[in-house]
This record gives sequence, structure tokens and C-alpha cells, in this order.
Amino acid sequence: MGASDGPSRRRLLLGGAAGSAGLAFGAHTLLQPDAGGARVHEHGPIDETAAGTHGKHGGGIEGATFRRGGTVDHASNGFHPSDVLRDFDYGTTSRLPDGRVLREWDIFASDHDIEVAPGVQFPAWTFNSRVPGPTLRCTEGDRLRVHFTNGSAHPHTMHFHGIHLAEMDGVPGVGPGVIAPRQTVTYEFDAVPFGLHLYHCHVSPLAEHIARGMYGTFIIDPKQGRPSADEMIMVMHGYNTTFDGEGNQLYAVNGIPFHYMDEPIQVQRGQLVRIYLVNILEYDPVNSFHLHGNFFDYYPTGTRLEPSEFTDTIVQGQGQRGICEVRFPYPGRYMFHAHKTEFADLGWMGMFEVGK
Amino acid sequence: MTAQLAGGSTPTRRRSWAAALAVLLLVACALVGLALLAGPSLPDRLGSPVEQLAIERSVLGPGTIELTIRNTGPDPVQVAQVFVNDTYVDARGATEPVGRLGTDTILLDYPWRDGQPYLVSLVTSTGAVVEHEIDAAVATPQAGIGFLGLMALLGIYVGVLPVLLGMLLLPLLRRTGPSVVQVLLCVTVGLLAFLALDGAAEAITLAEGAGGPFGGATLVVLGAILAFLLLTAASRSISSPAQTTGAQADGGLGQAGMIALGIGLHNLGEGLAIGSAYAVGELALGAALVVGFALHNTTEGIAVVAPLTGHRPRLLRLLSLGLLAGAPAIVGAVLGAAVNNAELSALLIGIGVGAIVQVITQILPTVRQQAGGALHPLDLVGVAAGVLIMYATGLLVPA
Repeated sequence: MGASDGPSRRRLLLGGAAGSAGLAFGAHTLLQPDAGGARVHEHGPIDETAAGTHGKHGGGIEGATFRRGGTVDHASNGFHPSDVLRDFDYGTTSRLPDGRVLREWDIFASDHDIEVAPGVQFPAWTFNSRVPGPTLRCTEGDRLRVHFTNGSAHPHTMHFHGIHLAEMDGVPGVGPGVIAPRQTVTYEFDAVPFGLHLYHCHVSPLAEHIARGMYGTFIIDPKQGRPSADEMIMVMHGYNTTFDGEGNQLYAVNGIPFHYMDEPIQVQRGQLVRIYLVNILEYDPVNSFHLHGNFFDYYPTGTRLEPSEFTDTIVQGQGQRGICEVRFPYPGRYMFHAHKTEFADLGWMGMFEVGK
Repeated sequence: MTAQLAGGSTPTRRRSWAAALAVLLLVACALVGLALLAGPSLPDRLGSPVEQLAIERSVLGPGTIELTIRNTGPDPVQVAQVFVNDTYVDARGATEPVGRLGTDTILLDYPWRDGQPYLVSLVTSTGAVVEHEIDAAVATPQAGIGFLGLMALLGIYVGVLPVLLGMLLLPLLRRTGPSVVQVLLCVTVGLLAFLALDGAAEAITLAEGAGGPFGGATLVVLGAILAFLLLTAASRSISSPAQTTGAQADGGLGQAGMIALGIGLHNLGEGLAIGSAYAVGELALGAALVVGFALHNTTEGIAVVAPLTGHRPRLLRLLSLGLLAGAPAIVGAVLGAAVNNAELSALLIGIGVGAIVQVITQILPTVRQQAGGALHPLDLVGVAAGVLIMYATGLLVPA
């Protein structure tokens, strides 16, 4: 250390003596995207150990990570977060006598062990065998029929956010009330108002029914539609694997923590990207979303066509949701994560990879 | 029993052996039958698997935390993921489930900082979490020659030198009358009683913190009882010839030897505590520690020579008594720093407690005999003084 100190300091002094030419050269080297320094950072220690292969991001000062080498068995889980991301379920449609669109879905509840982190099994309660449940998508004014079958060993309901009759609210004691195991019910209501909503089970103990995985996204498109975009859903949630009801041991978007760190979300440079962002996190009061290197237009609840904010960070309480619209001007990898470091380091982080 | 058997005829002996064998066989068959039949007749345990892990040792290296885990529960445990202070970390090792009482090590990749507290959470395959607290992180010393030398030096400072210093008071004690020596022996009893209680309390605290795969606090009792029995047997075999010849000189030396051995075993435990505390960075080595221990343990030296006021033992013999009482602190310090296992420490401290209790039971009858059956009030004051001296000098030790 002492031996190398002298020469480097001398070199620095010499650089200063050489005047502005030397300084300008230094700045040029730093600013150039293809300069040596930048390449070292991009393909240095991170790339050698991390990039390219699954389960190899982070570690030590590089950031949070699961144990290297292990991956979740998506096939055994029956769903894959990379597919969940752009999987919109429009149901089956037909015409009512009055010409309106009738949209129908078959949804079932079941008990399902899922591998929520490599090597960690979680006894989940699910809609259609996945966490989060299917993203139900319709258009404003549609007539909706949700045929719900309870295949779980526990009583459940489907409670939709939206405007509907009390009987169709999916809560205990009103209308069909609690749906016992092996029972079927049909929830029927109009698709109003347009926006980004959600559905979840509403049986007591409610916190556990939600924490076990019984939630999903419910999108009502405005009649005139929205500008065409690369659309994706992100459901922010967690797993309280100890079932102590005090916070979560794992935080995620779309089912598996750290998934989009291992498999970054591929988007195109300059294209409009629309993120339907829903927070259903149980046990923690507030969740958040932060995007690196870019700003987005934010439409709270998606019920207005004008954005309320141009930002890179938004905060949502449980049940809050909103639409984020962004165009990535530069190629490269950009992180997104909860701007609550604890949640991020416990799994709620991911990457966008912007193509050239 | 043996005499009886030897006296009996060969056929009788053979028959009784056969009977014993038959009974043993019957018990063995019954046990096997019980295992095969009774087990399945009972229902399985209700609920999910019981997963328990004890963290026996943590070694902090540059950017790494290595934990030695032991399964203390009935079911196998698989550590699936690990987070430190709410951050998931890369971990190597312990890739297979750890069976009951099995052990494994797991190496965490985490940039810890000096002096900061850390909470390590081991997430098992079922999602259960086992937490381990590191109160203040400090690099674990490598058990090299230099480090072990340092620990040995520490043992000499806190064990050997103070005891020898205390023994230097022997000529002074000789000038006093027998009644003073009598009171001094009582003071020794008080000193030892304090050490026994102090050691027992410390060992139980240690064992309870360990999670107790091998019995926890019962280990302390085990060590104490075994040490007590062993030393009682040893002292019988030493003192019985002396008693038959009636040689008082050997009696005094034997008693001093037993006191030295008891104190030595106690100092082994003390050394352990010091070594392991230093290894986890909980002990500041300094003048206060050395002086505190010196004052504390000088009294132990007085205790060793108290029975020798009527004799003139050779210098070499005195020196070996001093080493017997003090040198185990060296072994303890080295062992404590290198192994740093709470339950082993508890067992060894328990052995020290048993040894001290045994020594007390040795001294008391002598004191009573010399007092003519009943203890003088001044003797009781001596016992109380012994306890108070230990308490007061103990306060001087900053650990």
C-alpha cells in the first residue's frame, strides 16, 4: 500500500501540472459510454458471477440474493412470473339480447403448495392455482358473470372492487355469503367504473385468507380504450412463511421474489410501456414502487385518463393501485423495486432490460 | 457379592448367570416388541414438523459469517434461505437436511461492519425461521500460534501469578497462632462457597443460552456431581493411608492438594469464560482486568496454603500446588477461545463447581474437629468474611 501510494499521488500531481488538457481527457474518458471504466463496471465482477445465468444476481456488497445456484420449480408451481406478467384473461364473450357483451369466467379456489423461494414451500390458498390469481380483464359496460367454485378445504368468497349490488359483494352474511367447500356461486355485475381494480377472498380471518394468496387483478378498460402499449401487470404482495401475522419473510411482484432480477422484463426502447400496479401486501401498512433511470406518468386507480403525477416513485396502501406509463429512452438494465429497502432486500426487486 | 459367588459351586454360578441372561434377553425382546408394535399403535404427532436449530458457533471473517448449526429438535431441518438484518444473502454449505443432533456449517456472504448488531434469520424448507443474534460483530480471531500464545499469557496473568502471590503469604500465616489459622480455614470455606454459587449461576446462564441439545442446565449438574464423586473417591484413596499412620503432615498437604485441585478446576472454568468472551469480542483485555483478577485470585492462593501453616513443605511442592490451582486457567483460556462452545463450557464450569463443593466438605470436618465439635462464632464470621471478600474483589473484575 505504502509503496504504491507514492507513484499514484505523483501521477495525479503530474496530471494537474499538465493542465486542462489532461483534465479534459479524463472527463472524456469518464463520460464515454464505451470507455474502459464503464465497461469494467458492466462486465466486471457483476458479469462474471451474475449476469446471464438464473439465480446469480447480487451477493455481498452487490445486493440481496437467494442462495446461488437454486431456482424455484415453476413447472411444479404451475405458473411462471414471466408469463403472469402479460397474461390477461378476457374470459368468454357472448351477446346479450340487448346487444351488450356478456363476459364469463370460471374461477376455482384450491389449496396448493408452492415453492415461493428456492427450497421454501408455502401452503398457499389460490385462485386458479396461481399467486396472484388470474388477471380478469373486460371493457366498461360489459355484463360480467364469474362462476366461482370452491375446491379448497376452506370456505372462501370472491370480493370484487367495483360498483355492484350488495348481494354481489362477496362478503360473509350478505347475498350468497361464505361459499363452503365444493359449493359454486355466480357473481354477476356490470363492469363499472373503468380503471384498475382487484378482487380477493373476504372470509375471516381475512388477513390470513389474503396472505395465503387469494387475490388477483381486475381491469376494466375504458370504452374508448387506451393508447396501444406494451402492457403488463405487477401485483405487489408478500409471504408470511412463519404465519405469525407480524410482517413477511418474503416480498414479491407476481408470485416469486427476485424473479425479475434473474429474468429481467424485456421492453423496447421508446415504446410506451403500461404497468398495471396493484398493492395487496398483507401485514405491512404501505408498499411502494420505484423505477430507476426513468420517470412515469401515474394514473391513480386508472379511473381518469389524465395522469396525476410525473414521478419515479409512488406509494400504495393495501388495496391501492394505479397505472404507470413510461417510455424508456435509453437501452440497458434498469432496476425497479419497493422504495422500502427492507421489502426490496427481502425479494421485492427486479430489472427492466431495454433493447436497442 | 464377589465373595459369595466365589464361594458358591460352579453349577450354581452357571445357573445364576443363565437366569440373568434370560432376564436380559426377555427385556431386550420386550423393548424390540414395544418398538415394533406399540409405535404404530399410536397416532403420529399432530401438526407440522418441529424444527429446532441451535447456533453453536459463529465465525466472522472478512465479508463472511460462518454459522455452526445443530438440530436440537426431533425432525430433520433443511436451511433453505438465509437473511441477515432483513436482506437475503448468498449462503454456502448445509445443502442437505440436518438430522436430529446432526450438525453442519453454513457460510454467509455478508459485508458486516465492526461493532454492529446483526440478526441472522435461517428460513427452513417449511418457511419457519430460526433467528440468531450477534450482539456486536467482531472478527473472530484465527486460532494461530500467536493467538493461542496470547490466551496462554492471559491464563498466566489471571490464574497462575495471582495464586502464587497469595501463597507468598504462607510465612506470615505461620507466625500467627492456631486460632487464626482456624479462622483462615473458615474464610477459605467462605471463598469457595462463593465461587461454587457464582460458577453454578454462570454455567446455567451459559447453558440456557445454548438451546440445550445436550441437556442445557442439566449438564452443569452432571459435571458437578461427577466431579464431586470422582474427587471424593480420589481424596479417600489419598487420605486413608495418612489417617492410619496418623501423620498430620501428610493430612495437611493432602488437604492443600485437594483445595488446589478444586480451585484449579474452578480456574479452568474461569479461563474458559475469559477465552470465549475474548473470542467474541466481549472482553477488553487491560490493566483493570488483570488487576481485578489478580486481587480476586490472590485469595485463592491463601486458601491453598491455609492448611499448611503447621508444616514446612518443600518449595517445589508449593510451586506445584500453585500450578495445580492456577495453570488450568491457561488451558481454559486457550480452549474457550478456540472451541467457544457454550454447552462444553457449562459442563466444564459445572465440574469446577462440583470440585469446589467437594473441597468444602473436606475442609469443614477438619475445622469442626479442631474447634472441638462446634464452630466458634469467630469461625462463622470467617466464613462470612470469605464470601464478602470474593464478592468485593469480584466487583473489581470488569467482565
